[in-house]
Amino acid sequence: MENTLNNNPGGLQAVDWDAKLASLGISVRKELRTKRRSFIMPEWAKGWIALIPALIFLILFMIYPILNTFVMSFVNNFYWVGNSGSSFVITNYIAALNNTRGGITVSWGIENYIKVLSDPVFQHALINTGLIVIVSVPLTIVISLLLAVCLNAIKPLKGLYQTIFFLPYVTNTIALGLVFNAMFSSSAGSFFNVFLGWFGAKPQEWLTINAGRWNMFVVIVIYAIWNGLAFKILVFMSGLSAIDKQYYDAARIDGSSKFTIFRKITVPLLSPQILYITITSFIGACKAYSQVIALFGSGKDNFGGSDQKQWITVVGYIVKLINSQNDSATGRGAAGCVILLGIVLIITVAQFAVSKNRVHY
Amino acid sequence: MAEHEVYFASERQLRIYKARKIITQVLLYGFLTLVGLFILFPFWYMLITSFKSTAAFEQEELSGKLVFYLHSKNFSFEQFQKVFSGNFSFGTFYLNTVIVAVCSTAFTVVTSVLAAFAFARVNFKGKDLLFTVLLGTMMVPGEMMMMTNYQTTVQLGWQNTFAALILVHGVSVFYIFYLRQTFQQIPNELFLAAKVDGYGHFQYLWKCMIPIAMPTIVTIMILSLMGAWNAYIWPTLIASGKNPVLKSMGIDHSMRLVSNGLMDQFAGEFTNDTPARITGSLFATVPLFVFFLIFRKYIMRGVSRSGIKG
Repeated sequence: MENTLNNNPGGLQAVDWDAKLASLGISVRKELRTKRRSFIMPEWAKGWIALIPALIFLILFMIYPILNTFVMSFVNNFYWVGNSGSSFVITNYIAALNNTRGGITVSWGIENYIKVLSDPVFQHALINTGLIVIVSVPLTIVISLLLAVCLNAIKPLKGLYQTIFFLPYVTNTIALGLVFNAMFSSSAGSFFNVFLGWFGAKPQEWLTINAGRWNMFVVIVIYAIWNGLAFKILVFMSGLSAIDKQYYDAARIDGSSKFTIFRKITVPLLSPQILYITITSFIGACKAYSQVIALFGSGKDNFGGSDQKQWITVVGYIVKLINSQNDSATGRGAAGCVILLGIVLIITVAQFAVSKNRVHY
Repeated sequence: MAEHEVYFASERQLRIYKARKIITQVLLYGFLTLVGLFILFPFWYMLITSFKSTAAFEQEELSGKLVFYLHSKNFSFEQFQKVFSGNFSFGTFYLNTVIVAVCSTAFTVVTSVLAAFAFARVNFKGKDLLFTVLLGTMMVPGEMMMMTNYQTTVQLGWQNTFAALILVHGVSVFYIFYLRQTFQQIPNELFLAAKVDGYGHFQYLWKCMIPIAMPTIVTIMILSLMGAWNAYIWPTLIASGKNPVLKSMGIDHSMRLVSNGLMDQFAGEFTNDTPARITGSLFATVPLFVFFLIFRKYIMRGVSRSGIKG
């Protein structure tokens, strides 16, 4: 081996590998090699093979359910054919397309939407969700932006503060909701009442059946802020660290005040992050559900108040319909889902439109 | 803030500059500390309440004299016994959640890596269209899939099984998208070099792309584990109980995870026993906390990066 290599110092001449291998006692069957080559899989087949595991589950548990929800919402007398467990869900679909379901003619229409939209509970849920969104989202964004700017201006202990502010992100919404429930209990010795006592206020009922609607709202907003700061601060921090320090130096030479710097440099250069956070938190707040039931802390259907519906949210309304597992609720639940999707889309489009001239990439 | 040297016209100006700087820093730290206390207090409250006996806690509530620190006089392990014994125990919730979290994370990583690889590196017809459709579904609220998924799962006979908890929400478009971004940043030349060396597509994926994209994959693992730990709506719906008799009584918890176990079992059982509920919350929080402290860097970087790209 050593010799053969030395005979070919440049290593650039064509090497007859077959002859060389033969000299080492290895025989190569040419026809076998060429045959193997023809077995090489075409690229598109490789692509589909890699995709199939994910795609099967995405189609079965995501694409099909989305389409099915649209269909269900437009069937006035929807019910599941295969409730006995004997047939696959898709049979429902086929039966619907055949225009018959178990002998009953399918009637298409927008009855579900009319029922949902005229349901006082849904209207109440819509107002509640709107209030939660309008109050908690801007507050959380402003506070987290302020905190991010402050964090960016300190040096020692920066990492420690950052970690502390991130903690709510890694906690269980239900668990901390129950803790807030205890902190805001109505007895004189609950944390919040003791806290108010330091300022001379009287103990109040916060989350009990008899608590005032706006007292409950205060707790919901406080919990939303506590819960929502972490992610926003982190995103703003990473946006701030990407801003070129030269802008700040230039502004300082010009003698700009801190507030002017914040308004004219920080906010415009942070606008992609602000837009992103605004959209995601508006959408997230539209889907408020588990934080509300966790605060009231007595089961998945309790939204506070004597009728357990005081602060019911849109998602809460939908989940309640789904949980009822009753055929007549299915169509309404589907209609509720489509309405929720519509709200989410409108918010997204509106915010892109509003920010078109204000976001600087 | 700035490291540059600053020149001043007079001693007095320098002193004013320094004083202002100190005041600003004091105000900054004061504000941050206040907010930090606001963030930390619920955790502290959770911890001290877990070590109080129910009687002592009720006494404090009635008298209006809340004890804000761990006190040797009312130090008690009563709540811990309640949480891990009796009608249902947190042990079952833990075991179920760990099984679901680990299995669904493994499932997610395998499917996402393969799919992201196909979207990033392999050329085939219909790729872009398919990817656009999948991206579009990221807008759709999860509630929309729930009704049909519930029926599908029941028809498949997966009610109250791990399969329902692991597989149904196992594949995430977001993770595929996030990984594809990382894969696309790997230069094309590397792929061509590997091809010259005789690597096939899948060998290249295994030997080059996965090691290079490991930080992203670890981030996905962590986010997926955290998601499984905090899942609430779907487990509540699909794993409400195996035994119809126990289920009707509302005490079947064989398939409960921490979140819905805490909410639907604990909150119901201990309606009037606040310290017991808080202790349940403590046990739902602590594992995730420990996990966070170990993987802090990965988690914070992953969340901020995936956030920017969303």
